[in-house]
Amino acid sequence: MSERSSNSVAQSSLLRISLWRRFTDCFATSVAALTVVLVLLPLGAIFAYLVYRGIGSINWAFLTQTPKPVGEAGGGMANAIGGSVLILGIASLLGVPFGIGAGIYLAEYGRNRFGDIIRFTSDVLNGVPSIVIGIVAYSVVVLRQKHFSAVAGGFALAIMMVPTITRTTEEMLLLVPQSIREAAYGLGVPRWRTTLSITLRTATSGVITGVMLAFARVAGETAPLLFTAFGNQYWNLNVNQSTAALPLQIFTYAISPFDEWHRQAWAGALVLIVLIVGAVAAVRIAVRRGALAGANN
Amino acid sequence: MGVTIHVENLNAWYGKVQALHDINLKFEPNHATALIGPSGCGKSTFIRCLNRMHETIPEARVKGRVRIGELDAYNGTSATQLRRRVGMVFQKPNPFPSMSIYDNVASGLKLNGVRNRKQLDEVVERSLNASALWDEVKDQLHKQSGAGLSGGQQQRLCIARALAVEPEVLLMDEPCSALDPISTGKIEELIFQLKEQYTIVIVTHNMQQAARVAEFTGFFLLGKVIEFDKTEKIFTNPSNKRTEDYITGRFG
Repeated sequence: MSERSSNSVAQSSLLRISLWRRFTDCFATSVAALTVVLVLLPLGAIFAYLVYRGIGSINWAFLTQTPKPVGEAGGGMANAIGGSVLILGIASLLGVPFGIGAGIYLAEYGRNRFGDIIRFTSDVLNGVPSIVIGIVAYSVVVLRQKHFSAVAGGFALAIMMVPTITRTTEEMLLLVPQSIREAAYGLGVPRWRTTLSITLRTATSGVITGVMLAFARVAGETAPLLFTAFGNQYWNLNVNQSTAALPLQIFTYAISPFDEWHRQAWAGALVLIVLIVGAVAAVRIAVRRGALAGANN
Repeated sequence: MGVTIHVENLNAWYGKVQALHDINLKFEPNHATALIGPSGCGKSTFIRCLNRMHETIPEARVKGRVRIGELDAYNGTSATQLRRRVGMVFQKPNPFPSMSIYDNVASGLKLNGVRNRKQLDEVVERSLNASALWDEVKDQLHKQSGAGLSGGQQQRLCIARALAVEPEVLLMDEPCSALDPISTGKIEELIFQLKEQYTIVIVTHNMQQAARVAEFTGFFLLGKVIEFDKTEKIFTNPSNKRTEDYITGRFG
C-alpha cells in the first residue's frame, strides 16, 4: 500500500519535471530561432534596400560603358568593375599563398616562442585600421614606383587578407585529429607530404571558408585604395596604371552633388555585393565538385 | 615474409619522465606476440618505439637498439624508410576522411610516388582481400568515403592500408578495443592468417585475446618487462608472482 502511493507520487513529480523540461526546451529553441532572425534581418534589409535603390539604374550600358563627363546622362562603371576584378585578383594571388603558408607553419611547426610571436603580430595586424595599411602600401609601392597602380592596391588588400587567412588556416588544420597524421606517418609518408596531402586536404573546406571571408572583407574596402589604386575615369587593365575600383567609384559618386551619380552609386553597390556573393558561391561549388572528383579518381 | 625483431637495452622518455627501462626482447618471425599489462605500463610506448612513432611526440626520447631484420632502426635508417617496412594499426580506426575506400588503401603507395594505375588496382584488391573486407566494399570502392564504413570495417580498412605498402612487421596497438565482439572475432581470425606472412606484435588489454591469437606473451609493469614466455606458460604457470597476480585479476 505504502509502496504504491510513493510510486504514484514519484510518477506525478516525474510528470511535472517532464512538463517543465518541455517548456524550457521550447523556450530555449524559440530564443535561438529569434536570434537567428535578428542576425539575418539587417542583412536581408540591406540587400533588399540596395536592390530597391539600385536595380533601376542597372542596364547594359552601366555594365559595359565608362563614366560620361559630368552633366551628361548615361555612362557606366565598366572600368570600376574591371578594375575591382583586377585588384582583387592581384590581392588574392599575393595574399592567399602567404596566408595559407603561414597558417600551415603555425599549426604544424609553430608550437614555440616564434610561433607565439607570429600569432600575436597576426592578430594585431588584423586590427590595424585599413587606412593605415593603405599608407603602408603607399610608401612601400607607390612612392618607389612614383605612380599609383593596381599592383599597389592589390598589395594593400593582400596585407589585409593575410592575417585572416593565416589564423583560420591554423585553426582548421588544428581541428584535424592527430591520429590522421599518425596514420600517414605510420605508412612511411614524410612529414611535409603528410601536411600537404593529408592534413591540408582534410581541412580544405575550412581553409577555403577562411580565404573567402578574407576576400569578401577586402572586396568592399575603400580606404586602402584611396592612395594606392587611386581610381580612374577610363578603362584600364594595365597593372602599372592608376585603376578604378567599385568601392572607390561608389565613394566618389555618393559624395558628389549630382542625382545621376547618386543613382549610379546605388547601382554600383548592388553590383559589388552581387560580385562578392557570386564569387563566394562559385568557389564553394567548385570546391564541392573538386572534392567529389577527388573522391572518384 | 616476416623478420625477427631484436630489442636491446631500450629506454624511452617523455620529457623527464622515463617510460621504458632497459627492455630486451626478441620477436619471432611469422608469429604473433601479445604485450599485456595495466594501463600506463609502457606497452604502447614500447610498440611505438619499434617504428619510431614515439619520437613524433614533442620532447620524447629513445635510447637503445632496435633491429628489424637486418635493418638497424635507430642507426643509418630514416624513420620513413623504417615505417614502410613496419606497418601499424592504431587503437582507434583512423581512415583518411577525405578519401574514398580505394584511395585510403592506395594512399601509402600514392603518397610515396607510385602512379601506375594497374599496379595500384592490384594492390588495393589484394590488400582488401587480405583484410577480409573486399567482398563488403568491392562495389563502392570509389563512391564511398573511408569514414562512412562501420567501426569494424574501418579498422579492417586501416589494416588493408597498412598491408598495401607490403611491410614485414605489423604492429597493432589495441586494435579491437573500440570494436564489438563480432568485429573483434573477424580481426582475430585475420591475425591468424596474417601470421603466415608477417611478424605481428599486438598490444591488448584483453587477456583472452592474447591467449587466443599469440604464441608468445610479454607482461609489462611500470615500464619494465616482468616476464616474457610462451603464451601457454604465461597463462597457466607464470614464474613471476606479479604476472600471476595480474592474470588472475588480483590487481590492474
